[in-house]
Amino acid sequence: MPKRSDIKKILIIGSGPIIIGQACEFDYSGTQACKALREEGLKVILVNSNPATIMTDPEMADRTYIEPITVEMLENIIQKERPDALLPTLGGQTALNLSIQLAEKGILDKYKVRMIGADRKAIKKAEDRKLFKKAMQKIGLDLPKSGLAYNMHQARKISRKISFPLIIRPSFTLGGTGGGIAYNKEQFEQLAQRGLSSSMISEILIEESVIGWKEFELEVMRDKKDNVVVICSIENFDPMGVHTGDSVTVAPAQTLTDREYQKMRDAAIACIREIGVETGGSNIQFAINPDNGRMVIIEMNPRVSRSSALASKATGFPIAKIAAKLAIGYTLDELPNDITKETPASFEPTIDYCVVKIPRFAFEKFPAADSTLTIQMKSVGEVMAIGRTFKEALQKGIRGLEIKRDGLGGIKYKDKQELEEKLKNPNAERLFYLYEAIKENYSLDKLYQLTKIDRWFLQNLKEIVDFEAKISEENILQAKQMGFSDRQIAAILNSDEDKVRQLRKQKGIEAVYKLVDTCAAEFGAFTPYYYSTYETPFKAAPLAGQAGHRPQATAEDETRRTGKKKIMILGGGPNRIGQGIEFDYCCVHAAFALKELGYETIMVNSNPETVSTDYDTSDKLYFEPLTKEDVLNIIDKENPEGVIVQLGGQTPLNLALALEKAGVKIIGTSADAIDRAEDRKRFAELVDKLGLIQPPNGTAVTVEQAKAIAKKIGYPVLVRPSYVLGGRAMEIVYDHSSLEHYIRSAAWASSERPVLVDKFIEDAIEVDVDMLADGETFVIGGIMEHIEEAGVHSGDAAMVLPTHTLSKEAIDKIREYSHCLAKELNVVGLMNVQYALKNGTVYILEVNPRASRTVPFVSKAIGVPLAKLAAKVMAGIKLKDLGFTKEIVPKYISVKESVLPFIKFPGIDITLGPEMKSTGEVMGIDTEFGRAYAKSQLAAYQNLPLAGTVFISVKDKDKKPVIIQVARSLRRLKFELISTVGTARFLGKNKITVRTIRRVSEGRPNLLDLIKEGKIHLIINTSSGKIPRQDEIKIRSSAIARGIAVVTTLPGADACVAGIKALLEHKLKAKPIQEYHKKVTSNQI
Amino acid sequence: MKALLLLEDGTVFEGEGFGAKSEAFGEVVFNTSMTGYQEIITDPSYKGQIVTMTYPLIGNYGVNEEDIESCRPWLEGFVVKELSSISSNWRCTMSLDEYLKKYNILGIQGIDTRALTRHLRLEGAMQGVISTKDFDQESLLKKLKAAPRLVGVDLVKEVTCKKAYDWTQYARRNTRDARRFRVVVLDCGVKFNILRHLSRAGCKVKVMPAATSAAEILKLNPDGLLLSNGPGDPEAVTYVIETTRKLLGKLPIFGICLGHQMLGLALGSKTYKLKFGHHGGNHPVKDLKTGRVAITAQNHGFNLDMKSISDKNVAITHMNLYDNTAEGLEHKKLRLFSLQYHPEAGPGPHDAQYLFEKFVNLISATKTKR
Repeated sequence: MPKRSDIKKILIIGSGPIIIGQACEFDYSGTQACKALREEGLKVILVNSNPATIMTDPEMADRTYIEPITVEMLENIIQKERPDALLPTLGGQTALNLSIQLAEKGILDKYKVRMIGADRKAIKKAEDRKLFKKAMQKIGLDLPKSGLAYNMHQARKISRKISFPLIIRPSFTLGGTGGGIAYNKEQFEQLAQRGLSSSMISEILIEESVIGWKEFELEVMRDKKDNVVVICSIENFDPMGVHTGDSVTVAPAQTLTDREYQKMRDAAIACIREIGVETGGSNIQFAINPDNGRMVIIEMNPRVSRSSALASKATGFPIAKIAAKLAIGYTLDELPNDITKETPASFEPTIDYCVVKIPRFAFEKFPAADSTLTIQMKSVGEVMAIGRTFKEALQKGIRGLEIKRDGLGGIKYKDKQELEEKLKNPNAERLFYLYEAIKENYSLDKLYQLTKIDRWFLQNLKEIVDFEAKISEENILQAKQMGFSDRQIAAILNSDEDKVRQLRKQKGIEAVYKLVDTCAAEFGAFTPYYYSTYETPFKAAPLAGQAGHRPQATAEDETRRTGKKKIMILGGGPNRIGQGIEFDYCCVHAAFALKELGYETIMVNSNPETVSTDYDTSDKLYFEPLTKEDVLNIIDKENPEGVIVQLGGQTPLNLALALEKAGVKIIGTSADAIDRAEDRKRFAELVDKLGLIQPPNGTAVTVEQAKAIAKKIGYPVLVRPSYVLGGRAMEIVYDHSSLEHYIRSAAWASSERPVLVDKFIEDAIEVDVDMLADGETFVIGGIMEHIEEAGVHSGDAAMVLPTHTLSKEAIDKIREYSHCLAKELNVVGLMNVQYALKNGTVYILEVNPRASRTVPFVSKAIGVPLAKLAAKVMAGIKLKDLGFTKEIVPKYISVKESVLPFIKFPGIDITLGPEMKSTGEVMGIDTEFGRAYAKSQLAAYQNLPLAGTVFISVKDKDKKPVIIQVARSLRRLKFELISTVGTARFLGKNKITVRTIRRVSEGRPNLLDLIKEGKIHLIINTSSGKIPRQDEIKIRSSAIARGIAVVTTLPGADACVAGIKALLEHKLKAKPIQEYHKKVTSNQI
Repeated sequence: MKALLLLEDGTVFEGEGFGAKSEAFGEVVFNTSMTGYQEIITDPSYKGQIVTMTYPLIGNYGVNEEDIESCRPWLEGFVVKELSSISSNWRCTMSLDEYLKKYNILGIQGIDTRALTRHLRLEGAMQGVISTKDFDQESLLKKLKAAPRLVGVDLVKEVTCKKAYDWTQYARRNTRDARRFRVVVLDCGVKFNILRHLSRAGCKVKVMPAATSAAEILKLNPDGLLLSNGPGDPEAVTYVIETTRKLLGKLPIFGICLGHQMLGLALGSKTYKLKFGHHGGNHPVKDLKTGRVAITAQNHGFNLDMKSISDKNVAITHMNLYDNTAEGLEHKKLRLFSLQYHPEAGPGPHDAQYLFEKFVNLISATKTKR
């Protein structure tokens, strides 16, 4: 059945900003879909608010709307573009939910847009708990006992029928938001309440607990002719009770017999048929009772998901690409398997290795958050590792996590009681506690009892522990086969990494590379997608006519050499707060750019969610941890002309010096220049040399030193470690005692890594500059003005481009300084500089001679692919020849807003500071600031109200003209104002009508009551100091939980008012990025 | 315990032995199924072969009493990357190592099974030996060259049942239409799952030795005949081909794997040896009538050469989409059809089970006509 002829134009909805539960896997799937559909000659209309995606690159779709993903905006786009079809299954839950809304509001019918892949009925059947249960019962599948409730009364009734523990799952949410496990009545009350309010339709499922059961997932695909294939089976290391996004997962399933597996496969196929997903991929979860094998179906996602990205990378089968082709009418047998070329896509991949995915968490950023793992996802990224055995893959995964761990051992605990607690209650470090428990000689049975982790996994861990104890120079090959790193071996042999490397090379123990080929070597593979392993050498057959002469035993390596010039790009590893999709975006651009120049591109990365690890992004893909050892091993094989480290964030940058020392050629800005910018002392010299101004500062190791510096430069001071990304452990300190507390808890501090103490410039405007240079030409990509004042991490601040309040003098100074710095550091590639402006002085805060988080945003704003140009520059091409020599200052306004994960961590404070907390970003573009800002807020799910009541409470320091202006404008826009005593008195004095309300501590009714009753529509609340008062935290956090917009800075409030005003004055209109860019060349200065 | 795997071209893998200690010869083939090693080990079709699993982690769920495809393991040797040192499954009664020891089957682990598989793909399946007692390659090679090969050898007689029996084990009570039809299964090395499926589809099953004559079968007046799977070179099993030829048109016939080849040969076809065969659970097979694709279990080293059939009434019904080989035939007049792959699965996907229904329908239609 060839492709449908009735579809010419397709609308694809992206997943919006990166949030917990919805990360860059949807950029991967969306990008694949765009490519697949345009290959077929279809016109693709794309909507996504996230600029840091490859899919929103102007050349990926015919019309690209970087606009808020809202029903209104989508209707506007549909009205303009008149697509024939909407493909709702590639943009995560966001796209699915929006598609349903478009259908239910009659918009799709009105404009005659068909939903393809999965229609409204199928999506409803899969997502609506009641319909799902009915459907599964109809086809004879077993489910956990359960009931649906729409209010607390019903909830209690159901809870009495099933025994504790109970699982509460709200319908129509993201990543299990608002769900939980209740072990008793009190917890049940709380969780049911929260679930009801977080569900879009106020519906919760109360379910029999299957906690501790074995958990499995199948990735299934179906075509129009009803052919169904299972792409991958996944078994969770952590049993039921931990969200699969937070579980260590393994592919394929390890502990199922064929009978059990086939029964599950039958169930999955029956499920996708009954739900009625017409074409495309679905993810189906099962639980199995480990004692008797009872299998229940848990849920079904009628779309591509995080797991399908993992399954694609784990098997080499491009699920999203195939899903897109199936949606337009192809059948599986009509599509080729890209990897083998000779066989069709209508098959089930079989793999001959083991894949382990390990989640990466960010609890260090949210110390107050509950770090117990539950059915609500909390991790921010993941690493995938491939090995010939589970043990090897697991250990590769651990070092790939980049959490300063070479292996599983070494976590500290007080006593056995604590250890057992940590085993019993799932947490981010449970794997490491397990390791210690095995060392403590806990029996597998006891460990199983505590964790319910299958004994097969426990036994494999035990084998790692047991082997570690007997590692010697004599059994290094076996150690490597079990995944031990050179560093681990060095620690055991009291040696160092380089010596172990040398020793093992002497012994001929080298990593070999095997192909991911979808077919376990049954067919030849054309795509060079590799993973490393240490295989056992064997003796090949003697050559013909030389029967007597036996060749040496060698381990087989499948890498292919081409003789082409090669450049290797080091990716960013697992997503984390501070290092995410933006850097993957840059790496992908480098691959594209260097391919254009005729280089063979080699990508190294370990993050399965990314576009960079798509096998057709670069010429060769090495799915490997980004450690010195693993990277050097690849370099030994490939021997590239150059290695790019400046695009993948801090991960590859941290390897730069070591790689250079090992004789690797780093292309672009030199490792020495990077060090000059990162090393505090050398940086100060650089600033002095250029005659620039830096906030007064010093470095300290001891409390006394720090106090002395602070005394000299005056409080407040900003304290932090060097060489970090995302403002890790960065704090603003206002007095001696908090300074002392900071230094004492900074365990990492040493004479090699001192604490940096900077004068904190209060109330300054912060500016970010991204710049591109080739050693001769220096071009500013963009100057971005932060909306929040300096002190809010640039990753969390909203930014506007071009700047909108800076004087010409200030901008000129910024330009001059940036040029000087790039010249002095001899930057070849990208550079980012951060400045603080106060009273006419431009302070230089930081220089990073590498790609920054804002590169994709700036690229989209000015219509120039900076990362792509940077890669070409690093390969020796001049900017002059690339035609980019002048800064572009667009006539329209672009606003970048950050998206924060606070809703996932109830009860934590949401104020912004020097430590980055955001997970993602959105972009708002329009011709005027208010509208662009309003778009950015809508896109970031900040509900700017158009009428209602605004609560204002600011600290004394903020009681100044700005807030008066904000309050006055809000009154003019007919908002009611309400304040606590102090702020009310201040505003009252300035003739602004404002109602007074009690503080939370002053009794009821207070603000919390109003929030609960839905009577507050916007909160402007600046924090009262380093340690905010408990009631303030409660207010902000309960507002967030109810989706009320909260603004915690004065400039933020000011921008908010501008946004509200714009929303009241005009209806927002969508415009594709291609149209904005048309005009851009005329804006060069 | 050290063990060697030596191939006839001189390639040598050194690993660690498990299961029995001794020496075993056979044709080395690879199987790409990720689950189902117990079914593979007990599949009589592997008689004469040493099987390498491409999935590296084997033995994880041990061995149980139910998932057997015959009463014992038949393969000559078993090659894996890593044998699990734990058996983790609620149905497990024994470890794989214990099981192989019990039946005196050699295993070798710790070798690069992917390299071995690639070698077999590129060079073709070849004879090999696993040894835990002789590590002298020249001497092993000599013994290997002297060992019997697959081509031209009748292995069916090694695995067929000694005397006829009624299949009652595992037979589920089928409430819908219990035991409507009497089916004879000619046992060339039948997998229990074929019997289970016939039974489930409403047949009363009698299993008979491969050497049973056509007259003896007809004497029982069965409603249908199933020619089972089995090991080795089909052309060497002349007596079954002969029996089949005599039964053509006399009653509805369903052939599976070797049974399919028996039917083809009886209809005048030839067979040829595939380079490395089809052994796995993920091959797409298209039903040429409906256009639908089933994911199938495969286990054969020989194939029918359909071009060599002159009978115009024979139609190709199924096609393997991996290499476009014909994998199913039916006769327009003679009430018979057959498949090169395994609709009974065990191990493998259940997509093709509808063919047992088809057989029963064929029987049913024949009976009504009478």
